Amino acid sequence: MNLDMLRPEICLAVTAVAVIAVDLFCRIKWLVNITSVAGLLASICMALLLIGNSEQSIGNGLFILDNYAIYFKLLFLGIALLVILASTDYVKRLPKLHGEFHALLLTATLGAMLTAAAHDIIAMLLSIELTAISLYALVAMLKNTKSNESAVKYILLGAVNSAVLLFGLALIFGFSGSTSFTTIAAAVSTIQVGNIADHAGLLFGLVLTLAGFAFKIAAVPFHMWAPDVYEGAPTPITLFLSTVSKIAGLSILMRFMLTAFIQTDSLINNLGIILAIVSALTMTAGNLIAITQHNIKRLLAYSSIAQSGYMLIVVAVAAIGLHSAASISNLLYYLVAFAIAEVAVFSVIIIASRNADMDDISDYAGLAKRSPLLACAMTLGLLSLMGLPPLAGFMGKFFVFSQAAQNGLLWLVLIAVVNSVISAYYYLKIVRTIWMDAPASADAVKTSLAPKLALLISCTGILLLGILPALLNKAAEWGSFLALWN
Amino acid sequence: MNSIAPELIWAIWLLPLAAFAVIIPLVRPFPGKAEPASYFSIGAVGSSFILSCWLLISVWGAEGRQILVNGPTWLNIAGGPLFNFNLLLDPLSAVMLLVVTAVSFMVQIYSRAYMHSDPSYRRYFAYISLFTASMLGLIMSANLLFTFMFWELVGLSSYLLIGFWFHRPSAIAAAKKAFLITRIGDVGFLAALLLLYSNAGTLDILTLNSSAVTAVLSGSVLTLAALGLFLGAVGKSGQFPLHTWLPDAMEGPTPVSALIHAATMVAAGVFLVGRMFPLFEAAPYALTVVGIVGALTAVFAGTIGLVMKDIKRVLAYSTISQLGLMFLGLSVGGVWVGVFFLFNHAFFKALLFLGAGSINHATGTFDMREMGGLRRRMPWTCVCFTIAALSLAGIWPLAGFFSKEEVLAAALAQQPVLFAFAILTTFLTAFYIFRVVFMVFAGEYRGSQRLHESPKTMLIPMIILAIPAIASGWLNANGGFEGLFEGHVTHSFWEGIFGLLTHPLAWISLGAAGLGILIAYVMYIKVWIKPDRIKGELHPVYAIITHKYWMDDLYENLIAKSLLYRGVFRAAQWIDRVVIDGAANALTSITKVFANRASHSQNGALQLYAFVGITGALIIALVVLLI
Repeated sequence: MNLDMLRPEICLAVTAVAVIAVDLFCRIKWLVNITSVAGLLASICMALLLIGNSEQSIGNGLFILDNYAIYFKLLFLGIALLVILASTDYVKRLPKLHGEFHALLLTATLGAMLTAAAHDIIAMLLSIELTAISLYALVAMLKNTKSNESAVKYILLGAVNSAVLLFGLALIFGFSGSTSFTTIAAAVSTIQVGNIADHAGLLFGLVLTLAGFAFKIAAVPFHMWAPDVYEGAPTPITLFLSTVSKIAGLSILMRFMLTAFIQTDSLINNLGIILAIVSALTMTAGNLIAITQHNIKRLLAYSSIAQSGYMLIVVAVAAIGLHSAASISNLLYYLVAFAIAEVAVFSVIIIASRNADMDDISDYAGLAKRSPLLACAMTLGLLSLMGLPPLAGFMGKFFVFSQAAQNGLLWLVLIAVVNSVISAYYYLKIVRTIWMDAPASADAVKTSLAPKLALLISCTGILLLGILPALLNKAAEWGSFLALWN
Repeated sequence: MNSIAPELIWAIWLLPLAAFAVIIPLVRPFPGKAEPASYFSIGAVGSSFILSCWLLISVWGAEGRQILVNGPTWLNIAGGPLFNFNLLLDPLSAVMLLVVTAVSFMVQIYSRAYMHSDPSYRRYFAYISLFTASMLGLIMSANLLFTFMFWELVGLSSYLLIGFWFHRPSAIAAAKKAFLITRIGDVGFLAALLLLYSNAGTLDILTLNSSAVTAVLSGSVLTLAALGLFLGAVGKSGQFPLHTWLPDAMEGPTPVSALIHAATMVAAGVFLVGRMFPLFEAAPYALTVVGIVGALTAVFAGTIGLVMKDIKRVLAYSTISQLGLMFLGLSVGGVWVGVFFLFNHAFFKALLFLGAGSINHATGTFDMREMGGLRRRMPWTCVCFTIAALSLAGIWPLAGFFSKEEVLAAALAQQPVLFAFAILTTFLTAFYIFRVVFMVFAGEYRGSQRLHESPKTMLIPMIILAIPAIASGWLNANGGFEGLFEGHVTHSFWEGIFGLLTHPLAWISLGAAGLGILIAYVMYIKVWIKPDRIKGELHPVYAIITHKYWMDDLYENLIAKSLLYRGVFRAAQWIDRVVIDGAANALTSITKVFANRASHSQNGALQLYAFVGITGALIIALVVLLI
């Protein structure tokens, strides 16, 4: 058991406990924030120190340490840090739950980190559940009708999903006799196009498992929970759901697919086509429904679904293009670009809702006059999500679309481009409201230092990655090495 | 002397950029003293100037007269090309760096006094630093993609500076015009980039040039690419027929005209052709076009210069005309001839503009009819301006003489018609510039201002610039400038200075220039021939010239208003409204119907959500199992 390779996770777990202790025994509330930020920073340092270690399995193959896992760990930690920074004012709306908010956010992050490193179906399931259960509680934290409704829906649908996932995993275990990804891959490799009927049980299990992951990333037709939950959840949690939770789902989807199906070219090709169709449906449904929304969080929920569709392009390419490293590195680039844009947009909503919810798009009328900083950050974030050069989102889309076009998915790229045009409508609708409409009140929106810092980091990231994409290109290429390939 | 370190080469363009970054946030919110802004800016460009001198020496000593500095990767397309931001330093870029930093340094010092009372003092220095940084980047870039980016950036800074006094409608119009007309050229540049990239798979300048030499690129592709690049140069360097923006650009502050619209940015077109010269050499047809356009422009703009009343407009047309000679020089004589001309021209033309600024400082006008007799009150300005005028006219032994001789000699050797154009230009140049000198400095003052000499801060840069206006041509007296490019030194210094006079060609050009000065003297000092009489006698010609050959009217009334606005745009508008909007409206209504349907399906009922999800999973499983 080489547990020292799990130092970032252990550090985070300790921090979560420490946060609860501080909250219990200490009256100074901001110490909680400090503790969690310090813990996250320490964990980031430890994760950085892991770079350069040779690939190895941890805990007898339960988890694995490879570039891919480290990349995601750093990404999750970074986003969690920004979420906590951005919500320093917002958490004052949850006076009695200050400690719980931070502790649960940390455990959810911990779950996501473990998910990205999981190499065994039991470890994987536990990691996913760790994130999910933390989030069930977090979603309910506002304790109003809407928040409660969201939480109940999330728990119920989450439970259904867990059942589907577990059923799938049980079938896989039953037919392959092992919980380890490697052994499962060996079992899957015996499936050929000609003998599919002989392996129906195993294949059924695999499909159900993939459906379980698809729920996490809110892909059509498993997306319906997302708008309802995003809308009612406290806004920092909405941000967390839309970034960390979704990206964790995507990381395990990619790893599981590439590991389990590595030796079955024909099968994975068919799967790639199905994924491409799911991707097209996801982006189209997300973008279409987003057009009619008036609630900004609900709109962003659909936008986030559409973004999942773009991400699924990469997964489809990875399946069809025989798991090329380039496609994974494109995904890794896209995820960072997506995450910082989401952080920028949601941070503005979090800051604006520090006293009461500002959920309607019309609440943001004339924001440019009330707070130019917030207006600029939100505009940058939205334009990046829309994919406008020279912002990070454009480079992300550029890499993803060009890779797909080169791998024979031109039809999917065309659909994606049309979708980008549709999405421009609702993104620009918000931008117009911010800059052109008359403000409802003349009061400036107050911001304290930490949320400003989160805005600054995400906006700098959006600009920098758009103008100098090579900064992240190398890291993404490095991160695209999955353990199994050696 | 040690060769310059790569970090310091980067500093040459990063320093002015840093100055821009420091000044720009201070533009609005801090009323206080504005002075310090200029220290940053001038300090940065001064350091860049010193580094450029060092760089030139290093390039001289470097192996193959070339230094390549590897930079960061900008864009890395997986499986595709890398775009590295490398720097390429060779004699061409080293000389250009020296010109840009030297002139920018002098102009910025001068601007401290000229812009002294302007409320937007800081903004001015921010923009001019941005311009300097982009221009230096343009020169140093080793990849055409980055050259293009910086090309656009200098276009942007030029736009900002022409429209610097944005409260004047004429300045806004001029800025817009400059931006739009250079854009036509930029389309050519961009098209050439796409063409080169799709055929050669790279935009690296050295690779492109060598693939033109080794005929990897050849035929019509090469010619088209070269013509596209030249179209960009035509726009930027104000050549016919895209020259109309440059005279209007004089709406900017005069030091800006000196720096951007006379000495440096407008020379970027010449630089670009020089940069890609092997490509042009391999496409002889394109190179001929360069020469013909240059020669035509030289004469064409020279004639308009004869009749302008505004001193800056005369200088602007003079710049267009001289840039034409540079292109001619490139075409017939090769890189060094064109660049030598550019090098000399930058100093004396900057000096002429600074002189015009100094005159304007005293008289408050640019109209020469309200000047006259300024030599008494402004002796220093008079001396400097006259030196620069002599240099421009190409009088031995001033700088302008030497570079013009090279162009004339090369033209004569290649194509007598081009030579005739060049000699005609020499005559016109001498006439119009001495018309200015005589109208401004001789005779009696016709205006109503209290005249005074300009402050030292303005005079000193002018006096310093007068030195290269006299002597920069001597750098090639022993063949040194040519040697920098071509690699060999031919003759001794004194032989170079005096030996030229033994050649009949020198006397032809001196004769042409002398004749021009003489006629100007006769018309404007002695008034033996009244300018008004010529106006009467040659009325049709005069009308053509004063209307600038109706080029502006052609563009604005015929092309823009009649053809484009009433014709193409109306038609486009109709198509847009009926066909495209119709289709778009139909699409949006369909989209909205779908959107409404789809969002109604999301009714909040959990059973439905779970049902849709599980059914979806089962359908996928079925599909997988059945195919």
